[in-house]
Amino acid sequence: MSATPKRPKFPVYGYLAEFDGDARLLEAVRAARAKGYSVMEAYTPLPMEEIAHELGYKNRLPWIVLGGAIVGALVGYGMQYYASVISYPMNVGGRPLHSWPSFIVITFETTILFAAISAVLGMFALNGLPQPYHPVFNVPSFELASRNRFFLMILSRDPRFDMQETQEFLAGLGPVSLAGVDH
Amino acid sequence: MDNLAERVKRASLADTQFTRSVIGPGHTHSTVTDKISSIVLERGTPKGWWIGLFVASFGVSILIASIGYLLARGVGVWGINVPVGWGFAIINLVWWIGIGHAGTLISAILLLLRQEWRTSINRFAEAMTLFAVCCAGIFPLLHVGRPWLAYWLLPYPNTMGTWPQFRSPLEWDVFAISTYATVSLLFWYVGLIPDLATMRDRATSPALKVIYGIGAMGWRGAARHWERYETAYLLLAGLATPLVVSVHTVVSYDFAVSVIPGWHATIFPPYFVAGAIYSGFAMVLTLAIPIRAFYGLKDFITARHLENMAKVILATGLIVAYGYAMEAFFAWYSANPYEKGMFVQRTSGPYGNAYWALILCNVLIPQLLWLRKVRATPWMLFAIALVVNVGMWLERYVIVITLHRDFLPSSWGRYTPTIWDWGLYLGTIGLFFFLLLLFVRFLPMISIFEMRTLVPKSQRLQQRLEEFEDGTSEP
Repeated sequence: MSATPKRPKFPVYGYLAEFDGDARLLEAVRAARAKGYSVMEAYTPLPMEEIAHELGYKNRLPWIVLGGAIVGALVGYGMQYYASVISYPMNVGGRPLHSWPSFIVITFETTILFAAISAVLGMFALNGLPQPYHPVFNVPSFELASRNRFFLMILSRDPRFDMQETQEFLAGLGPVSLAGVDH
Repeated sequence: MDNLAERVKRASLADTQFTRSVIGPGHTHSTVTDKISSIVLERGTPKGWWIGLFVASFGVSILIASIGYLLARGVGVWGINVPVGWGFAIINLVWWIGIGHAGTLISAILLLLRQEWRTSINRFAEAMTLFAVCCAGIFPLLHVGRPWLAYWLLPYPNTMGTWPQFRSPLEWDVFAISTYATVSLLFWYVGLIPDLATMRDRATSPALKVIYGIGAMGWRGAARHWERYETAYLLLAGLATPLVVSVHTVVSYDFAVSVIPGWHATIFPPYFVAGAIYSGFAMVLTLAIPIRAFYGLKDFITARHLENMAKVILATGLIVAYGYAMEAFFAWYSANPYEKGMFVQRTSGPYGNAYWALILCNVLIPQLLWLRKVRATPWMLFAIALVVNVGMWLERYVIVITLHRDFLPSSWGRYTPTIWDWGLYLGTIGLFFFLLLLFVRFLPMISIFEMRTLVPKSQRLQQRLEEFEDGTSEP
């Protein structure tokens, strides 16, 4: 929200190294971790659990979905209780107004509905999507990240980042290509 | 590539590994990506697609005409009357919803069970679910008589001071089906996002890049994103699994909660759910067999897929047959004269032919699937799938038509669908294929990123093929 954006410390957003196999990328991630880099991101054309594990991500999504499910259940049941008992009580042959067994079906459906919506919206929100612009798209070969190439980017935000040293380190990992990512 | 097909054929005679595989040999991340995305981006529009779209558009015109005439004249143009108040509207609702269930089953339940063979068929099975639910939704909306007031079914604070009747299975249906439609759409879209990113990156025209780019929401395949994505996808699968069971259960409550003889039975929910999966898999086969031949996707939708689907059809068909047997058993064992009367009417009354046709289509003919030869021959599977589709429609017809004779002979009647009933039904079939054709033309019909996970398997198979050929080429 600040009026003037902070001037970046380095002329690049990060360095992006391209690898031609998942095993290569995994090695590179391990090497970068060993070297002490911590602010980095891997890009893969398919989900790879090992890399997420290696980078040590925490995932809060299940809690959001649980919250959505509980809210859905309360809203569903509450709505039916309010409508049938408080707002519009209808005496049909003296049957109880709070006829809970017949409220279960709709409660179940709203539980699923709210949980599913919170799973999707939660995933988008945590991932920061939709995000039309990201510096990494400035690298032309990044188009292959959705086809057959695996990328590792070390961000210039990393405390250990150094224009010269980081570039040399990545080049030493044997990438197919190496590029500086514009802001 | 033809050469490869020949080689695989030769190898598969000696080694069943090749027919049992869920992917052809020799694929890499790039060939999988290019092959699936090229159907949309590079290969252009085949002539057969235009012919299909023309026929489907004709169906859509019939649909529009049938709805237009219905809105102008009211539901009296249908064949529904006082004993048979439901007719085609409910038959077709249940038929379409049931068809949709296989999509969710393949994408959700088989995912949770870690069945790899779901990977190449889940995308279009999910699309099939969505389109089937669209077709299904049309019927109850029109059946309410004044569709412009259909929003009265939804609970919202209103000046009339009333609420929907939450104790009615028909209201449960509103929630079950709308939740099902929403969750199916979310599941399908979430599954599409990484593939839309692939389409964005592979498209050459700037306009397409923008359109697919909007759909992809800036997906870039970051490991951190994949982590949450996989969690979301798995949770959606976990949520969709009980949902799909609940939807057809609720649909069966429309019947089972009533007191009509032949409907008021506890067997209804399980037997409806099994029937839904049965008809849904039949529809997946009906679609998959021509599509894989037409687009040359036999490497991705292999003989293994067809065989597995045939086995699911056989298994669920037996559950359905058990349901029919139990209906007959209850009629006799309950010692209830109305139940018994219902069964006599159903089997030998005015609509008895429909019952026996249903037994032929759903119970007898599918037993051919016990034969491996039938499961391995696509055209035979296709024929059986069509028969099952017809049979499952007949099942709902027979159930709904039970209304024609209930407790009092003085209230008995007959039901004959009119041309407008048929028009609306054929029209929804047209709409279904219309949407499906648009889908296969503009979106990747096989999940590309999930196929990439099968690449190591394909590579191993290639290696095996080469070893096999080395072994045989030596004297």
